[in-house]
Amino acid sequence: MTDKTMNTVDSSPVDATKRTLLKGGVAAAVITLAPGITLRTVEAAVTGPATQAKRWGMLIDATAPEGVWDLAVEACKAEQGWGSDHNKSGKANAATDPQWIRKVSIKNPKTGAKASLPVMCQHCANPPCVDVCPTGASMKREDGIVLVDKHICIGCRYCMMACPYSARSFVHEPVEMQKPHMPRGKGTVEGCTMCVHRVDKGQQPACVEALNKAGSDAIMFGDLNDPKSDISRAVSKYVTQRIRADLGVEPGVHYRGI
Amino acid sequence: MRSASRILSLTILGFAIVIMGLGSGLSAAPAQAGEVPLPNPAKAFKGEQCVEPIDVMRRDHFEFLKHQRDETLREGIRGKKYSLNACIDCHAVTSPDIAGGKLRTLKPFCAECHSYAAVSIDCFECHSGAVQPGIGSEIGKQSALPPNHEQLKADKALITLLKGHLDPTSPQGGTGQ
Ligand code: HEC
Ligand code: HEC
Ligand code: HEC
Repeated sequence: MTDKTMNTVDSSPVDATKRTLLKGGVAAAVITLAPGITLRTVEAAVTGPATQAKRWGMLIDATAPEGVWDLAVEACKAEQGWGSDHNKSGKANAATDPQWIRKVSIKNPKTGAKASLPVMCQHCANPPCVDVCPTGASMKREDGIVLVDKHICIGCRYCMMACPYSARSFVHEPVEMQKPHMPRGKGTVEGCTMCVHRVDKGQQPACVEALNKAGSDAIMFGDLNDPKSDISRAVSKYVTQRIRADLGVEPGVHYRGI
Repeated sequence: MRSASRILSLTILGFAIVIMGLGSGLSAAPAQAGEVPLPNPAKAFKGEQCVEPIDVMRRDHFEFLKHQRDETLREGIRGKKYSLNACIDCHAVTSPDIAGGKLRTLKPFCAECHSYAAVSIDCFECHSGAVQPGIGSEIGKQSALPPNHEQLKADKALITLLKGHLDPTSPQGGTGQ
């Protein structure tokens, strides 16, 4: 953990270069160990760690035309590689196949008013899935993104039981052709990662980007801790609500128009 | 929780070593030449050097991987040099006896040593870039893939091949990585 201590050292010019080297800020630094022996570091710029300074969240506009949610679901499938799992005889099973995000239609029985909205992991500040996990696999990053560390997930599915949003899935069938940025495997639990691999690179989650490309801002993504961010402004401007706010789990996903 | 399970597995490992020691009549003699051939891992597909000197890599690669795994996933630190995807990029090669040379694989590299050392790792079931055509930072240049591998990706026959390759009961006998 030398890098961490290095970060706290104040930056005299010498330290600064040393630090960039250690952190791999130089794309291909060549370090001479002894005459004739060199060690080339192949790393690109190091980013992170995630800190509590940020709180990633989303704002979903349930008044948007409902077709956009299908687009968001398809974008998620394409990015993360779920949605085409099948068993040995090539069959999909709608009841058990993973669903990282889904379109939900609601109707007020009294007035007949209808709405349609996407539901996925709500990235709670007090996530029940983390509380019940016996191995520590279900976890919350410092910046509020709730993940499964599949390396230590034993597939017990307590987290799926605990989640008030049914946002997590269990992988029942062998998986193939996974994306390098999203290793998936049978016997573990998975769910929306808020596209952590993209967010860490400064990009938007795949669903948000796909909607933006289609000219829709029905899902906004950003830092809820930054009062100047678009999402914080929108959350302070519109009447928004969080699903089952009464539970006190403090979701990071806000909705308007429901 | 985690450290407890680690202690447990270490204890089990300890027992296993004792049992093995008894089984072999406690002979400390080095393996006879010719008995079990020393592993001969495939040459890296890419790069002139590894991320650390070779003797360090031979001894400590799994520590590096585990450390980086936790840093990436749990702390959100990315871009450090012990990335499993990077190992795959440099070390995955094609081999005519695996999927007819159509898929790159780590079998001639990681598994070469691991079968010698009786190590069994289970990474590539999820990190399957190691057994796919044309994925990686240098798509297309990776190993001896056919130039049209992008189309092949959707090719059913290739997927069947891959399945056979991954299935431990198939004649090709699992990836063994
Ligand atoms: C830039 C390309 C590159 C990357 C990235 C890379 N390696 Fe290497 N690795 C090499 C080269 C080159 C050698 C030298 C031996 C050779 O040519 O095969 C080597 C050697 C090794 C050896 C010693 C092999 C022997 O013959 O004893 C091990 C073990 C190893 N690498 C593991 C890893 C692991 C694990 C990773 C990921 C953390 C990794 N390497 C990442 C290029 C790379
Ligand atoms: C059940 C699926 C699964 C298995 C099995 C698995 N991983 Fe992972 N691994 C993941 C996921 C998910 C990530 C997170 C990817 C991300 O956020 O970029 C990851 C990330 C990593 C990373 C950081 C990313 C990178 O490329 O460096 C390392 C290192 C890693 N795993 C090592 C391993 C090793 C070593 C093994 C085998 C001992 C293994 N993993 C087995 C799912 C798995
Ligand atoms: C030069 C031989 C060699 C090569 C090549 C090699 N390994 Fe290993 N690996 C070993 C040995 C030996 C051990 C066991 C060390 C021990 O148990 O003390 C090991 C252990 C491991 C472990 C820990 C297993 C466990 O059960 O804790 C992981 C993970 C691992 N290797 C990953 C890799 C990956 C990934 C590659 C290919 C990119 C690779 N290794 C290539 C020799 C090698």
